[in-house]
Amino acid sequence: MSIIQIIFLLLSVMAVGSALMMITSKNPVNSVLWLIVVFFAISGHYILLNAQFLAIVNIIVYAGAIMVLFLFVVMLMNLNAETEPVKNRRLQLIGVTSGGALMLIIVSAINKIDVEQLVQINAGDSGLIKVLGMNLFKNYVLPFEISSVLFLSAMIGAVVIGKKEEIDIKK
Amino acid sequence: MLLAIDFALLLEKLILVVVVVFASLGIAMYTTFAERKVAAILQDRRGPNRAGPFGLLQPLADGMKLFFKEEIIPNFSSKFLFVMGPALAMLTACMTSAVIPWGDKIDFFGRSVDLQIADVNIGILYVFGVVSLGVYGIMIGSWASNNKFSLMGGLRAASQIISYELAMGISLIALLMITGTLSLKEMVVQQQHGYWNVVLQPLGFLIFLVCAFAECNRTPFDLPEAENELIGGYHTEYSSMKLGFYLFSEYINMFISSVVMATLFFGGYDIPFFDESVLSPNVAAILGIVALMTKVIAFIFLFMWVRWTIPRFRYDQLMHLGWRILIPLALFNMLATGGVILFFNK
Repeated sequence: MSIIQIIFLLLSVMAVGSALMMITSKNPVNSVLWLIVVFFAISGHYILLNAQFLAIVNIIVYAGAIMVLFLFVVMLMNLNAETEPVKNRRLQLIGVTSGGALMLIIVSAINKIDVEQLVQINAGDSGLIKVLGMNLFKNYVLPFEISSVLFLSAMIGAVVIGKKEEIDIKK
Repeated sequence: MLLAIDFALLLEKLILVVVVVFASLGIAMYTTFAERKVAAILQDRRGPNRAGPFGLLQPLADGMKLFFKEEIIPNFSSKFLFVMGPALAMLTACMTSAVIPWGDKIDFFGRSVDLQIADVNIGILYVFGVVSLGVYGIMIGSWASNNKFSLMGGLRAASQIISYELAMGISLIALLMITGTLSLKEMVVQQQHGYWNVVLQPLGFLIFLVCAFAECNRTPFDLPEAENELIGGYHTEYSSMKLGFYLFSEYINMFISSVVMATLFFGGYDIPFFDESVLSPNVAAILGIVALMTKVIAFIFLFMWVRWTIPRFRYDQLMHLGWRILIPLALFNMLATGGVILFFNK
């Protein structure tokens, strides 16, 4: 085994293990923290694939921003096992069915892929910032701009919802 | 082949990591001493002068005091997370030093050693990523205390840090437009041959400076720890060295952010008005480190000078400054920089 394979295995075990811990832990704050560990493991995979920009953006956006908000909400609501209402059987059944269906699709999709070509480690530069920028601003300008307009509208929407109840803010 | 690693490189980097981390810790230790001395000078006092010559052993005495204090872990709190809070604060404070170029190449018994732990091509983003993780130490610690006031203090600190990260990021974008690189090393090299970035980006530097004060929880933004008028803050339940780690990580942050500011805007290890290439590489590298440290000490002094001069903001004033003044100003700076680049390059 080469060093890269060992690192890959370690990261994979870390990702899958903490994902499992995230779903199974009773305390929602622990779940959020395990999810952050998952993001770090995935960032490690990105670095193995020579996509440093993607790795660090994954950390800044997901681990650094979105999960902080998650943590905020979970901590303030102070959820715990005693106060959480037990979900009814039907909902659980629906969840299991839809999750199983998704897994079926993913497994069948992976089955079609040529296994030899699954991962090319440390080859290619599609994840580097220069290549990514050139691609985004030359080949995919329109989708990029449209999605940024979408983000802008989401931002404005958030501000509007936040300002619904007019509160006097004293200077 | 099993484990084909360049062991010499590994050893070199390991030594560099140990040196850099211990140097940061040592400098942060004496920053606490300098803080008390500067405060004393500004208030016309003598400051600590009992432990050792000129009171130089004071930081050791402080550390010892914290270690020997009784350690209290509240009941009904998650013990693991309670301990992890200060540990994370220390970790994120030390992590940034990995991408900082401390000096030029140094010749060491025929081996050319780069005085930078990792010259990644996303240096600035790495710094930014670590800064955005700095919130976790505070939030986890405050939640694990199982105390409403700690949690409130943690929220206060976290929302301050998040608010000022935005303006900081936008002011960095303007800098990136000028330099055209994300690597800190390349930025320093560019500044060695051209102007310092502070000349090209005065407004960007000012915004970055204010945000750095806020990110380090320094006065006038030290509301996370406003024990006089609010409450102790996120570390209310902490005692002994765990409290010490929280306070100490603040000093490491101050040191690291001084280094980052010196590197980004003040030429890093560049010696002003002097061509380093006339010196032998080793002498140039050592003088470069001295130059960087001089700039860093100047920044640290600025941090302290401001602390003992300006009173603390009210919380709504702090939010007002962050969201309504700094972010529009940073956006304006970014647009203006883009416009100027477009106008002169075409």
